[in-house]
Amino acid sequence: MSNQPTSTTDGPRAKRAADRTDSTVADADAVLELSNVVKEFAGERAVDGVDLAVREGELLTLLGPSGCGKTTTLRTIAGLESPTEGTVRVADETVAGDGREIPPEERDVGMVFQEFALFPHLSVAENVAFGLDDPDSEAADRRVANLLDLVGLDGYGDRSPTELSGGQRQRVALARSLAPEPDVLLLDEPFSNLDVALRVEMREEVARILNEAGVTAVSVTHDQEEALSISDRVAVMSDGQIEQVGSPASLFEHPESRFVASFLGQASFVPGKITESSVDTTIGSYGRDLLEGVTDEYVGAEVDVLVRPDDLRLSPADGEAGPISAETQPVTTADGGTSVASADGEVVQRQYTGPSFVYHVQLDDGPVVRCLHNHAEEVEIGERVSVRLVADHTLAWYPAA
Amino acid sequence: MGAVGEPATDSAGVRQRLRRFLGLDDDGVSTPLVLLSGAIAAAVLSPLVWLLLRASEVPTDEALSLIGSSGDVFANSLALVAVVTTASVLLGVPLAVLTVQTDLPFRRFWTVVIALPLVIPSYVGAFAYISAFGPDGALADALAPFGVQIPEVYGLGGTALVLTLFVYPYVFLTTRAALLSFDETQLEAARTLNVGYLSAFRRVILPQILPAVTAGGLLVALYALSDFGTPSIMQYDVFTRMIYVELNSFGDGRNNATLLSLQLLTVTAVVVALESRIGSGEDSGYGAASSSTAMISLGRLRWPAMLLPVLVSTFTLALPVGILAMWFVRAEALAYEVGGRAFEWGFALNSVYVAALAAAATLTLAIPVAYYSGRSRARFAWLAERATYLGYAMPGVVLALALVFFSSNQLAEWFGPGVARAVYQSLPLLVFAYVVRFLPQAVGASRSSVLGVDPALLGAARVLGEPPRRVFRRVTLPLIAPGVFAGAALVFLTTMKELDTTLILHPTGFTTLVTYIWRVQEGGYYGRAALPALVLVVVSGLSMIPLLVQGRDK
Repeated sequence: MSNQPTSTTDGPRAKRAADRTDSTVADADAVLELSNVVKEFAGERAVDGVDLAVREGELLTLLGPSGCGKTTTLRTIAGLESPTEGTVRVADETVAGDGREIPPEERDVGMVFQEFALFPHLSVAENVAFGLDDPDSEAADRRVANLLDLVGLDGYGDRSPTELSGGQRQRVALARSLAPEPDVLLLDEPFSNLDVALRVEMREEVARILNEAGVTAVSVTHDQEEALSISDRVAVMSDGQIEQVGSPASLFEHPESRFVASFLGQASFVPGKITESSVDTTIGSYGRDLLEGVTDEYVGAEVDVLVRPDDLRLSPADGEAGPISAETQPVTTADGGTSVASADGEVVQRQYTGPSFVYHVQLDDGPVVRCLHNHAEEVEIGERVSVRLVADHTLAWYPAA
Repeated sequence: MGAVGEPATDSAGVRQRLRRFLGLDDDGVSTPLVLLSGAIAAAVLSPLVWLLLRASEVPTDEALSLIGSSGDVFANSLALVAVVTTASVLLGVPLAVLTVQTDLPFRRFWTVVIALPLVIPSYVGAFAYISAFGPDGALADALAPFGVQIPEVYGLGGTALVLTLFVYPYVFLTTRAALLSFDETQLEAARTLNVGYLSAFRRVILPQILPAVTAGGLLVALYALSDFGTPSIMQYDVFTRMIYVELNSFGDGRNNATLLSLQLLTVTAVVVALESRIGSGEDSGYGAASSSTAMISLGRLRWPAMLLPVLVSTFTLALPVGILAMWFVRAEALAYEVGGRAFEWGFALNSVYVAALAAAATLTLAIPVAYYSGRSRARFAWLAERATYLGYAMPGVVLALALVFFSSNQLAEWFGPGVARAVYQSLPLLVFAYVVRFLPQAVGASRSSVLGVDPALLGAARVLGEPPRRVFRRVTLPLIAPGVFAGAALVFLTTMKELDTTLILHPTGFTTLVTYIWRVQEGGYYGRAALPALVLVVVSGLSMIPLLVQGRDK
């Protein structure tokens, strides 16, 4: 594991909550606390000792691949599953664990379901009013009208949910779950049912609505872009455990584990060796300062350096002779060191995303790395290239595997 | 279907409209097929014509006074339908909820056990109950020394009880299917909105399963209305029993039977009309994943909750089968006690023989109609298919009565008494009655198979150079064969246990399982009826397999 210092950079969205990566210590203003939550299904540990504190007003996202236990964690918070071990506390009340098991209807926890789970036999307004104490009262009518206004569905109250588009259904589901003013709102893969274009629009919209409602929210997704763009903090999960919690920027730039690093961004690892002044990698030698927090005691260590496509550039190699292109001047890195572009590899794959290309380069001595180029710079598959580091920030690294 | 540009004023336009009405331009539809389907539909509808013809012969003043005096029968029938339907809903819905949505122990087992009473023909159940609890019944006698008084089993109470016990599974099965397709995240959503299970059941689940409950209830109502055996054994004067009694009496009997039949048909038509309105217009969820995982935990009530299915199955299965078995054993041991004609396996053979004939005939007639209505969306195709459903709405007693009129009156009028005698209570007439009664089963099964055939396959066969007739033989027929044979098997098994039509139309001297049971139970020779009744339960059990399997898959 890595031994880097924790980040001090604040993400742009971390405005409502202070950014600290340690969540095991219960914050004074935590609305939701999980400690050592374990959930087993027929002997299988779906959730394996999760500790988490969610602060008042923040949006925290559980991010991880499918099967990592994030949805089970969410359902445990809602009371739809009961934890095998551990406790869940909502607003300073233990709702699960310590011999207590408060049923979901008695927890002040709202939830937006993946398929939205709108009641097809009720109108939009009736759906939104469903969780209110007296759904037929005038006060309920006012509350429903306010919420429909908040989610931008003014005048849709009498429609049937079956008449609505995916985005509109999501707005209704959100309004419905906000209506009883829950202490915590849970969102289970809220955008997975929407088509790609709508997804981007709706996640900004949902972030706005949650912000206006001032509600504390926990969402679950496997989509890193979604998690990084709307969350105040992100908890990366793997195999039922939380790997790292932090602001989106701190996670992206300072992943504490290989898993987090490889899950965020199209990461590759370039092997290298630390010397007294430099780090010698298979794609050249760079100043030691390029790596984060390296001191003399690491001299001689074999490491893997985390590189993302935007950290790398390739240039065509002329035959086996190495780079000759005018572009391939030695590059001055952020810390003032110079790099000598040298390592050769072969382009094995090319992803065209419109504005840019991502080239996959099979390095001669091992790993495949990815390089980001704008759409005008075209290299053919099979071409020999040299790859160099152009990062203008420090890079994370891990002891060699 | 072809579009018509010109107004249909000339003969070409009329012909064009006729072709569209008959669906002649649809792929795979030919004139012989249309004519054949039309003829089958007409034959199936003919009993209704004979009944109406016969009714029109009744003098108006006599008819009015007869209808006036049938008020009691009408009230009795409605009371029976109301009680049985209500009781079936009260029994079927909680059992469905218990087995689908809770963590009741052995849910799979109980699901089968709860649906199983459908395999006991209700008249066999009624016979078992009478033989146990009736005057001098086995259990009544056994309990009398302990001062236990069995309430009167004859009349509304007994009839309603027995019918409910053996038909409530219709409500159970339809409700179960609806609950299985219910999206459980809706229940979870309700709970995260601070609504507990009981309230969520009322506000979320019930409104969505109501159509299914109603559909099941109407099936029960239809059954209660048209069932002949149970009220007859339990001596409760409803339409079916009175029609049978009047048919076998002299004087005004046949006029009475006719008018009662018309009244019964009218009430039945109302139920069927209600039912067909329920079927469509379902307001089901979208993107809902069906699931049978337990949604609610019964907690400490988990084991006590089993009392309900245990109690129900005691009365629906253990008791009647136990009684039959007891009679069977006793009859063996005390052979001298038994009177009446001894049971012969030849009766069972007769049943099999006539049921096989009926299945073959039904199959033959079902295929053209099913194929026509499956391939064409023309109005006439729809009409022909609907016509074959008459047997579904026409109680067996009424159908048999209409055929009696046809053979004894109509044929005598047309061809003389000799022909009438030859047809009346002949095997072909009996088989025809079965065909009318059970064609809906065969058409239903065959038609859904036809609809399941991918039209692209037929197109592919045509492109490969096969003319339509050979496409039907080489592609369609092999593909629909399983469905068609399943339908025929169902017809075979239901014919075996059919009571009313067999009783009225069977040829003299031609004894089947059913007519034998009926005769010996009328004579009170319960021991004699036990073995054939057990055989019928097994046969009937086989016929329920498709229904139970369907209920499980959903």
